[in-house]
Amino acid sequence: MTDPIIQARAVEKFYVQPGGKQIEVIAPIDLDVAGGQIIALLGPSGCGKSTLLRILSGLSQPSSGSVLWHGKPLAQQQPSAAIVFQSFALFPWLTVLENVEAPLEAHGMGAVERRKRALKAVDTVGLDGFETAYPKELSGGMKQRVGFARALAVEPEVLFMDEPFSALDVLTAESLRNELLELWLSKKMSSSAIFLVTHNIEEAVLLADRVIVLGKNPARVRADFQVDIPQWRDRKAARFVEYVDYVYRVMTEPEADHVPPGSVATTIPTIKATRQKYQMLPHARVGGITGLLELLADRGDREDIYRLSDQLVMDVEDLLPILEGCVLLGFATLKEGDVETTPDGRRFAEADIQDRKNLFREAALKHVVILQQIDNILHAKSDHSIPEEFFHDILDDHFSEDEVERQFSTALNWGRYAEIFDYDPETHRLLLAEHLDGNSHPAAARP
Amino acid sequence: MKTRETPRPNLLRPLWSVLPRLSVSRLPDLLMFSAALALFYGTVVVGKTWLGPFTPSVEISRSPFALPIYAGYSLLRITAAYVLSLLFALVYGYIAAYNSRAEKFMVPLLDVLQSIPVLSFLPGVMLAMVALFPGRQLGVEAGAILLIFTGQVWNMAFSFYASLKSIPREMREAAKIYGFSGWQRFVQMELPYGTIGLVWNSMMSVAGGWFFLMACEMFVLGERDFRLPGLGSYLQTAASAGDTSSLLWGLATMIAVIVLLDQVVWRPVIAWAEKFKFEQVESADAPESWFLNWVRHSRGLRRIQKKVVRPVGESVMAHFARQHARVAPPARSKSIVVWTGRLLGATVLLLVIYAVVRVVGTLSTLRIMELRELGWGLIATFLRVNLALMIGAAWTIPAGVAIGLSPRLARIAQPLAQIAASVPATALFPVVLLLLIRIGGGLGMGSIVLLLLGTQWYILFNVIAGAIAIPSDLKEAASIFGIDGWIRWRKLILPGIFPYLVTGLVTASGGAWNASIVAEYFHFKGHIYFTPGLGSTISHATDSGNSQLLLAATILMAAAVVTVNRLVWRRMYALAESRYKMEG
Repeated sequence: MTDPIIQARAVEKFYVQPGGKQIEVIAPIDLDVAGGQIIALLGPSGCGKSTLLRILSGLSQPSSGSVLWHGKPLAQQQPSAAIVFQSFALFPWLTVLENVEAPLEAHGMGAVERRKRALKAVDTVGLDGFETAYPKELSGGMKQRVGFARALAVEPEVLFMDEPFSALDVLTAESLRNELLELWLSKKMSSSAIFLVTHNIEEAVLLADRVIVLGKNPARVRADFQVDIPQWRDRKAARFVEYVDYVYRVMTEPEADHVPPGSVATTIPTIKATRQKYQMLPHARVGGITGLLELLADRGDREDIYRLSDQLVMDVEDLLPILEGCVLLGFATLKEGDVETTPDGRRFAEADIQDRKNLFREAALKHVVILQQIDNILHAKSDHSIPEEFFHDILDDHFSEDEVERQFSTALNWGRYAEIFDYDPETHRLLLAEHLDGNSHPAAARP
Repeated sequence: MKTRETPRPNLLRPLWSVLPRLSVSRLPDLLMFSAALALFYGTVVVGKTWLGPFTPSVEISRSPFALPIYAGYSLLRITAAYVLSLLFALVYGYIAAYNSRAEKFMVPLLDVLQSIPVLSFLPGVMLAMVALFPGRQLGVEAGAILLIFTGQVWNMAFSFYASLKSIPREMREAAKIYGFSGWQRFVQMELPYGTIGLVWNSMMSVAGGWFFLMACEMFVLGERDFRLPGLGSYLQTAASAGDTSSLLWGLATMIAVIVLLDQVVWRPVIAWAEKFKFEQVESADAPESWFLNWVRHSRGLRRIQKKVVRPVGESVMAHFARQHARVAPPARSKSIVVWTGRLLGATVLLLVIYAVVRVVGTLSTLRIMELRELGWGLIATFLRVNLALMIGAAWTIPAGVAIGLSPRLARIAQPLAQIAASVPATALFPVVLLLLIRIGGGLGMGSIVLLLLGTQWYILFNVIAGAIAIPSDLKEAASIFGIDGWIRWRKLILPGIFPYLVTGLVTASGGAWNASIVAEYFHFKGHIYFTPGLGSTISHATDSGNSQLLLAATILMAAAVVTVNRLVWRRMYALAESRYKMEG
């Protein structure tokens, strides 16, 4: 293999809390991006994969470690990179053509040459006829084509893509994927590598020559393997399914060792995630957990996760937290890419509304640390109430600011459903459910 | 440019069909040409007057034929103040958004500056400007312009700052990864993103500008009587003389100017700004403007755009791109910048300390009697302002809800209310005062009427907007469950309009405090009419040149507005945000 274009050396990202405590988002990672490949970076939501993309492209700085392009640090050069964004990031007040021209204008290219290049890029992505349209007149798929054209026009050495298809509907996304692959395989684009961030496992296996799977909290490489299937790939082929299944296993059961299909030699040893000091709640709502358990009950209590996500037309991104929620509560277990209901889960699925609440409450108080803590403190305090801030302070020591918000909102959702406590949005206090003052119930005052 | 069928107002259709084909496309050109000619003539006239010798007592003619010129002068002052405000707002907003250290004090400062009653600046600004341009009319003009500027700049600055802060992350990243220079970022991202906010705030600011302009075109400072030829002074002179027909002419001109401004400035600007709306899907009923369509059809303007504007823009952009490329991405030595910043900060700090010491020194010379006057004045004005708010709310809430809930009524009432609201209350003060004196009421009651005149519209428009925004499924749900009468008001309408009502009341409250300066004290027909209050204290102190009292009263009023905002309105806002926000 030739020299890599990008070399990341011990790249790390952390935030410093006001108290001086460091919250690690990305654990030190070494990563090479070589030419001639499509590389997919896979991971659950909020795992830091977009942050890693921004560090590699020079948009943001790592907290420590360094990124080299052709052996030279990023600080000394303007890397030849372009990004296709999830939200398209087009300027709504510029026409299609003006949007594509803007980066060329930034490079000081003359008007005539610029127009020529932009028209060619617009033509390449099949947008001819829409040159003078404004982005808001276009559909999502067309907008992303403009995003492509804008990136292609600057002829970047590495084309970065940050979840480029996830804001599109299923059919549009599929056709855009095919067009991207067509451009890449027929060498109609001048980039020598594509770096694609996605949470869609099939998309990664479909497009990429190499797949890197990230774990979360903090992000670290869990698997890094070549997809050894020639293009164009068939989603139904046994080998394709094997790869997809493998990734599902890596993502759902981080503790176990997994061996990718194909040669063992291409994989790096999976680093075992060290156990979290504080339990992290998956961002699942009670409704999702209930729905999944009911569905499993109908399917004979066991189902392949890949098939499940396929039938529900749900990304792993959305399915995974619900699965993790079921496992955390002791309602289900994960085995070899399958999910299986436990006796507790079975009972929960079959119970009526009131019993479900009781079962959920039992399970939550048995397995969920933060809910145990809240319950203990509320019972111990004489006024049976406690400000929300108190729990923020506990969580602050373990999670980033956004994550604290999500953790608290999940705990709130579970705890209110289980009637462990109630929450008064006016005073921002948690109250023991049976000690709630009837007048201040927030629902009563709502119009 | 979008090629959309451009519907023209019906009135013009017959004219259109009569005119020969050629002139249809030439008409906009002709119009533009005449406008340019008129502008040139105006510049010459204004130049002659402004640079001419200072005439402290300009005789204000009451002839209706003088009105176009007067209207022109008033317009010019508004325009100059507005341009100044816009430039200042852009610079201030930009610095506050990008310099995190400056942001910490620049943003709270906006809040305070917004609360200072503008009219109490009047004597200081005027005397300083007259001293700056001795013997020239320009001094008084500059004073008036500066005064209007201080009245309209703050909300624009805040709006631009807030826009800059809310630019989506990925859009910023796109600009960065594609190597935009600072200039390109400004013209292609930051300015367009802030345009919508700037346009709406500009409209509000200019409306406020008229309010102050009408008040400061004619005023007395101790012995000196300042007069600026303009609409405001015309109305005051006419009312003073009891000349009803001139008064009506003046009012008609005022309304005509405002309607004209609406048609040839604000509506076109709003229609044009539509393309800067940050939306993913084109909205169904985009605002339209006949004037904008005309301008877009002018061949001459298009040629200027193609031959002059575009090449110049192109070369400026290229210049900055080259400069951007030359500057290596790694951090330069910034020690000079840092030290200049520190020096600047230290200087500002010293000046502030000096000012505070001087203010304290000045205030310590106040006498007990004056302090008592201030205290009672504060109470009186506080009661008056809130009484005016309550009366305003009492009629505007039912009226606004009725208009908002009935589309047919809205179609008739809204344009009328808009015209009524756009007439600056200060222009009407002399008229109302004349009426009050004729029916024999004093300024005690009269000042409340005057306050009401200026502030009720804010409440009305917000209530209408709130009533329109109540989702129809909620209204249907209410009627299906048989909820009507008082319960319907309590459960549906009042909670529904609450956030809008709060917005209206905040604006009205601030406006009313400010208006008390002109509403509680009035020179009229050689008499001084006044009623005790903080506003009349400010006006009286201005008149008699008592700068200590003026300073104390101004600080007191600013403090009162800030305190009321913090204690009452901010909490109401928070409540509106957390509980009464309609979420989709």
